Amino acid sequence: MAKIIIPTPLRKFTDNLSSFETTGTTVQEAIEQLTQTHTALERHLLDDSKNLRSFIKVYVGEDDINSLEKGATSVSPNTVISIVPAIAGGIN
Amino acid sequence: MSNLIVKLSEETVEVINADGICAFPNECCGFLYGTESASGERQITLAVPVTNSKEGDQRRRFEISPLDYLRAEQYALQNDTALLGVYHSHPNHPAIASEHDLAVAMPYFSYVIVSVMQGEIADHKSWRLQDEERVFVEEKVYIVSESSVLNPAS
Repeated sequence: MAKIIIPTPLRKFTDNLSSFETTGTTVQEAIEQLTQTHTALERHLLDDSKNLRSFIKVYVGEDDINSLEKGATSVSPNTVISIVPAIAGGIN
Repeated sequence: MSNLIVKLSEETVEVINADGICAFPNECCGFLYGTESASGERQITLAVPVTNSKEGDQRRRFEISPLDYLRAEQYALQNDTALLGVYHSHPNHPAIASEHDLAVAMPYFSYVIVSVMQGEIADHKSWRLQDEERVFVEEKVYIVSESSVLNPAS
């Protein structure tokens, strides 16, 4: 099965699991399976329209899905999907 | 000040300080790895600088590229350590978490800020997001050698 790597800051919403195995055949299906299993995670990943939040990126291997086919990017059993939060800041 | 405790090894503080001075007057940034006890006390044993990928004014902003972040998570998994937070510098500003820091903060992480005034290290503070209230609380920072607490950072 394909695997989703959960970023450390969000593992408290996945019972401290660092990864999640999915049978989804697209990135969107995989993310849906993840948020349906770990419902507390959903508000951190998706907005009210069920789109990925602006500060969350999803990678397949080392490719941003925005440079692929976004949520329709196909997923095979050995695919590794990574959820990547934006890390930024600075003085006011 | 909360009861949250972050202990930084002297070696990690040296790395953070050197990065802050080297990057001045720009902001530096990097990852923090270590362990967390059952009581929640954190021991940071490794600081790894990364490129500030922010396009634009790096004197006021930092950003870590998604690929650098992805590799930091992979490093933690492969080396049986925990990615516990990030550090960055505030050039010519206090080590107080800003509104901008808060706007994009993630839960769980310790956000260590080093204040660099006129190229000299002035202060270290650490902040953690209270997820529900969406506010930062200050963590108690201790600089430690081996397992002994030497002195609290002011």
